[in-house]
Amino acid sequence: MSAASFSAEPRRVTRWIILGVAAALFVIPILAMIEFSLRAGQTGGYDFSHYAAIFTAGRAGTYDVLFQGITNSIGICVVTVLIVLVLLLPTMILVELKYPRLRSVLEFICIIPITIPSIVLVVGFIPVYSVVARMFGSNPWTLSFAVGIIVLPYAYRPIAANIAAIEIVTLTEAARSLGAGWGQVLGRVILPNLRSGILSSCFITIAVVLGEYTIASFLSQNTFQTALVLVQHTDPYVAVIFAVFALVFAFVLLLIIGRLGSLGRNRRSA
Amino acid sequence: MKTKESPATTRASVPTPVDGASVELRNVVKYYANQRALNGVNLSMAPGEFVALLGPSGCGKTTVLRALSGLESVTEGQIRIDDTDVVNTPVNKRDIGMVFQAYSLFPHMTVLQNVEFGLRMRRVDAASRRRRASESLDMVGLASFGGRYAHQLSGGQQQRVALARALVTRPRVLLLDEPLSALDAKVRVQLRDEIRRIQTDLGITTLFVTHDQEEALAVADRVAVMREGNIEQIGTPEDLYTKPATSFVATFIGLSNAIDAELVGSTVRVLNAALPLLGTGPAEGLVTAFIRPEDISFAPTGIPATVVASSFLGSLRRTQVRLEGGELLFVQHEVQLRPETGERMFVQLRGRAVAVEGRR
Repeated sequence: MSAASFSAEPRRVTRWIILGVAAALFVIPILAMIEFSLRAGQTGGYDFSHYAAIFTAGRAGTYDVLFQGITNSIGICVVTVLIVLVLLLPTMILVELKYPRLRSVLEFICIIPITIPSIVLVVGFIPVYSVVARMFGSNPWTLSFAVGIIVLPYAYRPIAANIAAIEIVTLTEAARSLGAGWGQVLGRVILPNLRSGILSSCFITIAVVLGEYTIASFLSQNTFQTALVLVQHTDPYVAVIFAVFALVFAFVLLLIIGRLGSLGRNRRSA
Repeated sequence: MKTKESPATTRASVPTPVDGASVELRNVVKYYANQRALNGVNLSMAPGEFVALLGPSGCGKTTVLRALSGLESVTEGQIRIDDTDVVNTPVNKRDIGMVFQAYSLFPHMTVLQNVEFGLRMRRVDAASRRRRASESLDMVGLASFGGRYAHQLSGGQQQRVALARALVTRPRVLLLDEPLSALDAKVRVQLRDEIRRIQTDLGITTLFVTHDQEEALAVADRVAVMREGNIEQIGTPEDLYTKPATSFVATFIGLSNAIDAELVGSTVRVLNAALPLLGTGPAEGLVTAFIRPEDISFAPTGIPATVVASSFLGSLRRTQVRLEGGELLFVQHEVQLRPETGERMFVQLRGRAVAVEGRR
């Protein structure tokens, strides 16, 4: 039997075609955005005037709404990541160590948000947020409570995969038998071994928060995405420039996640 | 918590003996939800003794070990280490060393850091930590592996490191939870003998859980056979083999032929022989007798039998024969005798006492 014709992976040419189509799909819109942002008015030439305008016009306050949106989004990112680290992570570790029967329940709960469209969630959030606003005021960061739910499926997965990859129960018992208290078990054994999963969760959380529009818009908060939509009406060039920045930022985050993942693999299989 | 001084200088190859602790389990009962896992287990271990807990899976042997370690709470009963009840002492304060069935080295630490872990938890300073960890690694023959990570070691090496890690703090009790079951046969025997050697050198009281009777008989001072949450019998390997207290022990330890017999007084009438009864039997009447293959031999006259199969086992040969009544028996004999399948022969019982069980 010839190995080439029955090989499990596609042939070289096929592989390059698949790669080319996928790359075109991603690259063409981004190149188009960059091309658009460099256009010098109606002249047909290219320059950096729109980029420069962000800073000169910024002084005059034209893009204040955008910069405010970015600041708010960063605040929401921080609080949402904290929710993941302080609420989701300890819950997952506790379930794994003490209540393994609840694992599937937790997984189910964490998957639910992905099955419900944001617009449906938001309708439910509106009355809830009248209470939230009474308790915390209507600061932009309160949006984290809603976004914290949206990110659950994305934040859950990498940590769960990491937990499944290490013998967390045996490692914990070994550490306990060697004299470690619970704090030491957590700090010296569990967290170092979950590092890549936790970082991946955090980065994905940030990416989701920066891309979230529906909830922010319906709860009348000014975030990066809502500001982008707003600015687009008056200055499409600047909106596109920021969209490109956001894409590049997300791309870098994904690169870092991929790198962390492969670091974890190398350590295990080298 | 009790702290222990370790001598400042020790030659690595000659480990300092520790004073093994005495261990006593008194009437330990454990329920999981409504399931009774331990049925009032009593077990006492002398300082420095090596006891194996042997039994089929689900018999509660691991539960006993985990109860002693503190990883599992008990529903009732006392667990005493050196005459102190430790039932309410958490795992990390019990001063025990443990080796697990699953590989349990911390993957993000080097071998040396793994071994140092217990000392770090006891706030031993860096210099003596390093020295004692190196000694401990030397003891298991892995002195030069300190800089490696777990994934760079074989299964046997990982379990050696786990042993070094468990012993580095010189715990009062060593608990081994089927540490060899994931290893291949050759490494298993090697490591088993090494564990025994190190245990003897250190004089540390050791509880070894296994489902492998050969392993238990080979290394332990005493073996406790467990079944359904009870200890059926505890004794030296020789005692368990030659004087099984129950039919379960008779069939679980070594190979036994189960043969229909009749109990009259303290005499067991089995096949054409009358043998003395071992231990106490059930009520008189029809019983099942348990006879070892080495207690049956081929003879010029006796009970007629047809050879079914014969297997060569190195220093001896074991042959299966069918009696006229259809019963199948194992006979153990010298290798020089080579019965052919289908050959008609005669078997005889040696006069040894037999264990019996009432027939249901």
